[in-house]
Amino acid sequence: MATANLEIKPTPVPPPAGVLIHTDDLWKTYQMGSTEIHAVQGVSISIRRNEYVAIMGPSGSGKSTLMNLIGCLDTPSKGAYWINNRLVSEMNDDELAYIRNKEIGFVFQTFNLLARATALHNVELPLIYNGTPADKRIERAKESLRLVDLAERMDHRPNELSGGQRQRVAIARALVNSPSLILADEPTGNLDSKTGVEIMALFDELHRQGNTIVVVTHEHDIAEYAHRVIQIRDGKVFKDEPTARAK
Amino acid sequence: MSSFRENLRLALGTINSNKTRSVLTILGVVIGVTCVILIGSILTGMNRSITQSLEGFGVNNVFVQKMNMGPRNGRPSRSERTRKPISYENYEAVKEGCKVCSQVLLTIYGQTISKASYKSLEMLNPDFQGTYPNFPDVMNMSVRSGRMFTEGENSHSAAVCVIGNDVADTLFPGQDPIGKPVMVNEHTFEVIGVFEKKKQGSVGENSQDTTIAVPYETYRKMFPSNKEHFLAAQSMQGHLDEAVDQVRAALRRSRRDKYDEQDSFGIATAESFIEQFHALTGGVAAVMIVISSIGLLVGGIGVMNIMLVSVTERTREIGIRKAIGAKRHDITLQFLLEAAALTGLGGLIGILAGFMGAGIIKLISPDFPISVPLWGVAAGLIVSVSVGVFFGLWPAMKAARLDPVEALRYE
Repeated sequence: MATANLEIKPTPVPPPAGVLIHTDDLWKTYQMGSTEIHAVQGVSISIRRNEYVAIMGPSGSGKSTLMNLIGCLDTPSKGAYWINNRLVSEMNDDELAYIRNKEIGFVFQTFNLLARATALHNVELPLIYNGTPADKRIERAKESLRLVDLAERMDHRPNELSGGQRQRVAIARALVNSPSLILADEPTGNLDSKTGVEIMALFDELHRQGNTIVVVTHEHDIAEYAHRVIQIRDGKVFKDEPTARAK
Repeated sequence: MSSFRENLRLALGTINSNKTRSVLTILGVVIGVTCVILIGSILTGMNRSITQSLEGFGVNNVFVQKMNMGPRNGRPSRSERTRKPISYENYEAVKEGCKVCSQVLLTIYGQTISKASYKSLEMLNPDFQGTYPNFPDVMNMSVRSGRMFTEGENSHSAAVCVIGNDVADTLFPGQDPIGKPVMVNEHTFEVIGVFEKKKQGSVGENSQDTTIAVPYETYRKMFPSNKEHFLAAQSMQGHLDEAVDQVRAALRRSRRDKYDEQDSFGIATAESFIEQFHALTGGVAAVMIVISSIGLLVGGIGVMNIMLVSVTERTREIGIRKAIGAKRHDITLQFLLEAAALTGLGGLIGILAGFMGAGIIKLISPDFPISVPLWGVAAGLIVSVSVGVFFGLWPAMKAARLDPVEALRYE
């Protein structure tokens, strides 16, 4: 809950066309007893469609908090945030759920698949929550699994799959709703380096197909896959520059 | 929005994957519903049985005796005990006053316990009464062998009797009672007829099968001190209520009951007996509902407890679902349906157990018309599902309010 603010709020200015993610002086403040902790301190970034961005920073830098804000899992204490021309910083719980479902595909470090559900059902899940009819749902989930090369494993449960396969199921789930942003949080953190390379190759492929990708990581090797790296230190943007691959 | 069917499938899957826990959780609900079904079945059986046996006395009859009729609490009051007996004049007044009565039957009986015997065989407390030849007609009885006594035998005070089926079986096992002498209260009567066995209604025997009927005038002559009369007025088809009014008016006039006093006699119909009995079983049903409510309450708290545990255990799952777009009501619906499916399953098992219990009672006592009432089945299902919804609501809302960031971080 934001604290009462007596200053007159300027009407947030919507971002220019072609910009998918736009934050304007974003703050996130936690109350720890009597002290306030500013995890994110006035971050203003813009990410255009079909960009491939890595957000880097050491642990405690506030990059996870920033990721939660970008992923609409959390609301900022101050500032404005647009995704796909929607001002989400003013939204309530259920509206945020709708945005997460429609605009964002998550890929987590720990995969976060439902253990008791098959790969197909896991991929189907986002479609269940937006009311897609069952036949269409299954068709699209299968299509999505084909895209990550796991069509023949759709009846397997997560514990019957390898780590790399699990992450590919998670990527299929992220893709199934055709979101405007794929947001990956340390996607190779739980994988061996060979599998990690395979997964990053998959992200490359998705980027080539026109997806916008944001990868949060602390590993330079992984950040090198992106075309732009935003470095976060102490809750602020420390550096924002293109990588070698941008050329 | 996720669909109802999707959630139901999910709920059944969860129940199925935690079988032992699910069964233990719903035990209270199962027992509660089983009790409702069983007691409801027994009450239905009792109602049916009593209805059957009372209807055996004739559904068109108005019965009159000195005392009030039907179930009572404790002893009758002093004013009731000191009432004048129903007299022969009262009988004549009813015959005169009830225009819609096709016939009126007068029966006389004693207060002391009777004893009937034939040779060395004895029968204690038969239903010994002096009556008229229209007795079988009014009381819905028929003579199986021999004949009913006649008006001539009545006016000549002949020492003859017609006996009920149980009397014949007890005193004359394996032989024909017709023409044999039977001794009742130190007087000897010749058996001239045997009544057909009455349809068995209630648990135990039908009192009409222990009848020993002798002519009215014979009874008066042999037992002059007995003055207790019993009246049965048979109404014409469809005029029962009028008959009750007319019999009551005739009796009040004849017995000189003051206009501001209650009747000095008991008046009833088979229907009124049945109603009184229903009131009684209704009371039992109320007690049953209270008892099984306690069972269901305890069961419901068990369900709430398990659902709270389940919400905590599945915090991460809830986090995943919320992250990929589940709204609050999606999560609420999921857990609510899970609780309702759990208790609804308990209700179903309880209903089945109730049916089985009723079947076992049917096997043990085939004469008892036990039957599972439809309202019991409906109530069992509705109540068990409601228990799940009611006690699942708080855990479900708790789950729905979880913060996705925290829930995803939960180990």
